Amino acid sequence: MAESGNGKPKTELLDELEKGPWPSFVKEIKAASAGNDACDDLLGQLELSYEERRGHWKHGGIVGVLGYGGGVIGRYSDVPEKFPKVAHFHTMRVNHPAGWFYTSEALRTICDIWERHGSGLTNMHGSTGDIILLGTTTEHLEPAFQELTHAGFDLGGSGSAVRTPNCCVGMARCEWACFDSMKLCYELTQHYQDELHRPAFPYKFKFKFSACPNDCVASIARADMSVIGTWKDDIQVDEAEVANYAAAGFDIQKDVCELCPSKAVSWDGKKLDILNSECVHCMHCINVMPKALRPGKERGAVILIGSKAPIMQGALLSSVLVPFVPAEELLDTLKELVTRIWDFWDEYGTNRERIGELIQRVGLPAFLDGIGLDPAPEMVSAPRDNPFIFFQTKEEES
Amino acid sequence: MSTTPIMPKRLTDVGPPHYEKYLHPMAKANYGKWKYHESLAPGVLCHVGESGDRLYTVRAGTARLMSVQSIRKIAALADKYCGGYLRFTSRNNIEFLLTDAANIEPLKAELLQIGYPVGGTKNSISSIVHTQGWLHCHSAATDASGIVKAVMDPLYERFTHQNLPGKLRIALACCVNMCGAVHCSDIAILGIHRTPPHVHKDVLTKQCEIPTLISSCPTGAIRAVPGAAKDVEVIDEQCMYCGNCYTVCPAMEMNNPDNDGLSIWVGGKVSNARTAPAFSKLAVPFLPNNPPRWPEVVEAVVKIVDVYAAHARKYERMGEWIERVGWPRFFQLTGFEFTRHHIDDFKHAGLTYARSTHIRY
Repeated sequence: MAESGNGKPKTELLDELEKGPWPSFVKEIKAASAGNDACDDLLGQLELSYEERRGHWKHGGIVGVLGYGGGVIGRYSDVPEKFPKVAHFHTMRVNHPAGWFYTSEALRTICDIWERHGSGLTNMHGSTGDIILLGTTTEHLEPAFQELTHAGFDLGGSGSAVRTPNCCVGMARCEWACFDSMKLCYELTQHYQDELHRPAFPYKFKFKFSACPNDCVASIARADMSVIGTWKDDIQVDEAEVANYAAAGFDIQKDVCELCPSKAVSWDGKKLDILNSECVHCMHCINVMPKALRPGKERGAVILIGSKAPIMQGALLSSVLVPFVPAEELLDTLKELVTRIWDFWDEYGTNRERIGELIQRVGLPAFLDGIGLDPAPEMVSAPRDNPFIFFQTKEEES
Repeated sequence: MSTTPIMPKRLTDVGPPHYEKYLHPMAKANYGKWKYHESLAPGVLCHVGESGDRLYTVRAGTARLMSVQSIRKIAALADKYCGGYLRFTSRNNIEFLLTDAANIEPLKAELLQIGYPVGGTKNSISSIVHTQGWLHCHSAATDASGIVKAVMDPLYERFTHQNLPGKLRIALACCVNMCGAVHCSDIAILGIHRTPPHVHKDVLTKQCEIPTLISSCPTGAIRAVPGAAKDVEVIDEQCMYCGNCYTVCPAMEMNNPDNDGLSIWVGGKVSNARTAPAFSKLAVPFLPNNPPRWPEVVEAVVKIVDVYAAHARKYERMGEWIERVGWPRFFQLTGFEFTRHHIDDFKHAGLTYARSTHIRY
């Protein structure tokens, strides 16, 4: 390997990314190299990628810890002769605490374990939510895992399994939480430990819990099962605070009424009037007048299904499956619904077919029949506009 | 790497730690009983409980890739100012949770001193959600951290100030697998391959299951070579370079330095505020991989941000603004060329063809 003279690899291109005001990942890798020289080879290999404009990691291999089928992503260099210290450079996914809350003590515990058993590099956090511990060798996986579980942490999901469920900050620090997203996320994660650690599905299955329609964890775009908080009754209005907003020069007509998607809010200069029966619960008025408006008191969530990134048949957003579930019934409803959905997916899903793509393939009506849910107008943006109805499928049964 | 302490008993399936262990005492006391919040300054929030308690949040951007050395520095700051309590956000920011407003400015000063920008709240650009890239992924068409750094340097003040019309969320994924699920972002930077897989026959015979490989192709572009025991061929014109075949079979190499690169997408969102969640749409079909600073990508993203900042109305997200003024205007204002690649020809393509005479002249 080309060396700069002090035993460190030459990193002329990467050094450029130490400049500038935004935090530099190159500085992070160099900092970690003080504790682990694999980081030098990591920089060396990345510099080579920058020079050649191509990646140098081999296709993942099957490595892991005893009894689990996931949680570790095997990673091997395709130029191990140049960079032997990253010949094996596996990733461990560690299930983060719900809401990503930590104490300094908990962070230091993870750091100590990862310094003993890995490169000292992390992602805080990965895209699905896990703590990502980047770079170790096969023989360190099991010891690192045991230290993690004894410290109260466990691996996250990978492969065709339940992926680490994820949620927004919810009731811990947000006035808009319509259900307890952290509690639900934690309880379902514990409930599905077997499905999370031992892949047995056609493909991955993700849960994301956002406690209001602002959807801070992108549940509607990134979860096979999206749970998004909402409310059924009237928006709570503090009239004195509405008056304060107006008095402070906030333009309620322009910034609230005219931007309401269903034109359900009106303002006569004195009183804010909300036609709650036409409110679509978009959150705009509440977002811009947080002191004056709050979600109603009858709270719960919408359950939606099927979102995913483009592989294989194109990206999907989740669509409505259950228009409203009261907050206190969410845990039981989800467990029951998920059992039926997984049964259907096991039966009809093909290899690497996400639940959303299966629904696209067989059609939502057949999926609803399969899981025993009645159709509801909230499930569609409009009824069908073509006349090609398969009448016989449902009629034969009745 | 030193020796492991002796473990008394092997533990598995313990699941994540219970969040209550790490909750700030004030978050615990006001759990589910928060009343409202205010934005005190860029990167500084104050949540007020029904109890009257005030919990302050100071948000700082990170590189996402963090060394244990840096995490310990962050932990020390949390000890000094927050009783040790902190959290991370869904966009890889750190949030320090404070009860004493007098600690806000000293904490901000220390954060800036060790290189962490404070901001990312309200109408700013928050940290760029991104993937591993060449740093740690086998299927990456580009790097991730490098482009993020290159893009955020000139946009630094858009993070530390709240002067955009609405919030602006940027995401980067280094291939169409989209671990960074960029498909619903105001601006998405997406690594793409543009050449069909190069089949390594030696690897194919040793490591791949042919039927699985053939069925992995969403467009049916991979077929068995008639008469050959274990061989496949790719129908080039049917390939859309998704790399799904490579994921199931390492013989199908996708990397190609000259043809791999970036595409830019705009106007997606996940929030339900005002308009429904939406996918990002194609703005620029291809830009080259040009490390270490990807100037073509940086220029395109900064251009989009500037045009949006100059033309959108208050609260309008990127997609809402474009929807109002129309796509022709977007291409005119940004100067990006509209090409045949912008017109969908995949599934449900017709849904994006203009089916009215609503045209702005």
